[in-house]
Amino acid sequence: MTTIAAEAPRSRSLRLTGRLDRWTLFAFFVAALIGAPIATVLIMAITDTSDIWQHLYNTVLGTYVQQTLILMIGVGVGTTVIGTSTAWLVTMCRFPGSKIFEWALLLPLAVPGYVLAFVITDQLEYAGTVQVFLRDIFGWTRPQDYWFPEIRSLPGAIWVLTLVLYPYVYLLARAAFLEQSVCALEVARTLGKSSWGSFFSIALPLARPAIVVGVMLALMEVLNDFGTVDYFAVQTFTVGIFDVWLNMNSTAGAAQLSTVLLAFVLVLIVLERMARRGKKFHNTSMKYSELPSYRLRGKRAVGAFFMCAAPVVLGFVLPAIVLSNYALKFYEETLAANYFSFVVNSLTLSMTAAVIAVLIGLFLAYAVRLSPSPAVKIAARAASIGYAIPGAILAVGVLWPLGALDSMISMFGDYAGLAIGALMAGTIVPILYGYLVRFLALAYGAAESSLDKVTPNMDGAARTLGATPFGALKSIHFPLMRGSLMTAGILVFVDCMKELPLTIILRPFNFDTLATFVYQYASDELIEESALGALTIVGAGIIPVILLSVTITRSRPGSSS
Amino acid sequence: MSGLHLRAISHAFGSNQVLRNVSVSVAPGELVCLLGPSGCGKTTLLRIAAGLETIQSGQVEIGGELVADADRSLNLPPEKRGVGLMFQDYALFPHLTIQENISFGIAKKNRSAHQSLIAESMANMGISGYAEAYPHTLSGGQQQRVALLRALAPGPNVLLLDEPFSGLDVTRRAQVRTETLRTIKDTGVGTLMVTHDPEEAMFMADRILVMNEGQVLQDGSPTDLYFHPHDQFVTELFGPVNEFEGIVKNNLIKTKVGEFPVSGYNDGTELSFLVRPEGFLIDESNRGISMKVITARPLGRSSVVMMELDDDTPIEARVPGVVLPEAGSSVSVSIRPEQIHYFPKSTTR
Repeated sequence: MTTIAAEAPRSRSLRLTGRLDRWTLFAFFVAALIGAPIATVLIMAITDTSDIWQHLYNTVLGTYVQQTLILMIGVGVGTTVIGTSTAWLVTMCRFPGSKIFEWALLLPLAVPGYVLAFVITDQLEYAGTVQVFLRDIFGWTRPQDYWFPEIRSLPGAIWVLTLVLYPYVYLLARAAFLEQSVCALEVARTLGKSSWGSFFSIALPLARPAIVVGVMLALMEVLNDFGTVDYFAVQTFTVGIFDVWLNMNSTAGAAQLSTVLLAFVLVLIVLERMARRGKKFHNTSMKYSELPSYRLRGKRAVGAFFMCAAPVVLGFVLPAIVLSNYALKFYEETLAANYFSFVVNSLTLSMTAAVIAVLIGLFLAYAVRLSPSPAVKIAARAASIGYAIPGAILAVGVLWPLGALDSMISMFGDYAGLAIGALMAGTIVPILYGYLVRFLALAYGAAESSLDKVTPNMDGAARTLGATPFGALKSIHFPLMRGSLMTAGILVFVDCMKELPLTIILRPFNFDTLATFVYQYASDELIEESALGALTIVGAGIIPVILLSVTITRSRPGSSS
Repeated sequence: MSGLHLRAISHAFGSNQVLRNVSVSVAPGELVCLLGPSGCGKTTLLRIAAGLETIQSGQVEIGGELVADADRSLNLPPEKRGVGLMFQDYALFPHLTIQENISFGIAKKNRSAHQSLIAESMANMGISGYAEAYPHTLSGGQQQRVALLRALAPGPNVLLLDEPFSGLDVTRRAQVRTETLRTIKDTGVGTLMVTHDPEEAMFMADRILVMNEGQVLQDGSPTDLYFHPHDQFVTELFGPVNEFEGIVKNNLIKTKVGEFPVSGYNDGTELSFLVRPEGFLIDESNRGISMKVITARPLGRSSVVMMELDDDTPIEARVPGVVLPEAGSSVSVSIRPEQIHYFPKSTTR
């Protein structure tokens, strides 16, 4: 028998070890890149010697702390109650519409807070549909004739943010309930607990870490939010940072406020990490059986229906209808306002950011796989911290170092006799950088979990067959991970489409995206004219909702699908 | 010095020392087996040879070239070592066809030149119809052949096999083993194979290294290992043995089953005296030891006969053919001298 003949012996050179260095260096570089804005803010805050801190402390700091805390507590309680109760209802009970609510409850995730804020204000203000309707019925003619809650207020902001952020809690709570073995619940029933009793004594404690993670993610979004609170004139830290920076013209003051906000963020990160660690120990049984479905009837079914319908209607259906209505009537105005150039700008920015984030996330995850030393792991961890950092802080931290780099380059240019001018300012580099810092975690997380599914023997096989580390990534890992990377890219893309605070600050002069256009128009009471833009953002936001709902139904262990 | 030479390899994962000063050489054309229980460090040794594990102590030389040396911080990456490695789970690339899998290790510009050789090899192994198929559509045995061809295709300096037959069911194993051995021998490549199955090692290997707890206990030919095991662990590799206590007196070891000549031990030394089940002969001559038959079972090519000595010590014997003495009857048993092994008691596990 003839077998494959040996190739001529390859020429190989002896060289010192260090084949992983490039990848390790890359990991450190990315960590530095992501960490730079945060480090900048800290350095700016510490090195400033003026007495602005004292001034802030005497004037606005108390208000910022108080309003931010109330907002966080309100949204925290609201998202916990709505997210957990609806997750429990659709997971464990059957009632009219329960199958639809399983995915419909995720829909408000598609609506940015500021868009819901505009729509709800539009409907509930004096000239809005609701008050006009009430006046018609009761014959009131003047504002003095009746009392109506002021929607543009702190409670209003709590409601709006709760409605768009509860899906974080719902998503994680539902996943946790699905993961639970029904055996533990049945044991509780046989030991004499009622179904509500077993919920509170077994299911809720088991799901608690997941719920905490969900609430922490929601609260990070609260700290990040600028559009809603600014429109409602709530004095949170994010609003304060912009105010001090842009109106009081004090970068150092903004940096100092940022450090206080960072302390809030740090607490959330620590709580989230602790909860995630707790999750691991809560898988109690290896045996899974089909979840029971308590069939609800009568009043209970009606109650459950309204419990689930209310957040979907208020958080998604209402804004979708109102915006569609306006969009149909006023689309010409929107088009005239240069709608298509905003779409192109949004798409360009978001796609570029998504591709960059996914590539860097992939390389970073691969670097950790090649050299899983503690240092590289820490670098990767550090590089995924940005998701927790509010856009306002990143804006401060990104603009300053890029400005410094710019002036260095132009100084160098002057020295060399070249008129280089500003390379960074006025381009989309700062905004892409900001997006990358904030959303790299999303791409890295997806790449990491997808890479884990490729067995290490694939690496070994490819490498012993002559592939370099990069060659193996290109020909083996990348094709196998393509689907997950695509999903990660879409998630980053949509988050960039919706992103507001970073975009407002870091965009080049006279450069508008859909988000900034909608925000400016709606702030100027031109919500009808911007409706088509808002609807476009919501439409893009639905894509990840679909992806998420598909993933979550597939994720139940032992499920037949 | 071509072939593969691993010199004084030691390796630890954290505080767990998995290899202690292990040296192995494989000459071109030679097939060497690392035989040992799981967790004895044999797979780690293979991974160090391939460069998938960074060397911590010792040297690796492949094809006459030093590819790793802990003292000089030399550690060539796997792609520069010219090794063919076949994994226990085959690690076929699921998104590539069989053809693409096999030619993965051949440089793009040489692929067309290799085409006919690959086709011929595939035909010889009975998988020529699957060139455009994807791995998941193949049976375990077919996947094994693809993995072997893929590892051999680039013409490696040395072939490393990690439990190459463990994924196959027992009925297919013998056939695939024969085929694999023939293919490897035809290429003339030096091969280091890891297995925990003594029969597999005996069948495949020119030389076997028995490993336990990170150390090489014995290095020898299959015949050596079977007839001259260095200690009780090696003796027991080929199955459970009958163990008796013995004490040395005047160059004789006294045991329950008789006295046998020994050398090199002082009077009064206590030894473990081991007899394999196949070391007993049931003879008609009545010159042997008298034992009472408990049960006798035919296994096909041999029979297993469970017996007892007068003091109820159980004895397991395996005799060729169908030999089924009646339960309760008394038989005369003698012991083949070449099947006797004895070791100082302290060296037993």
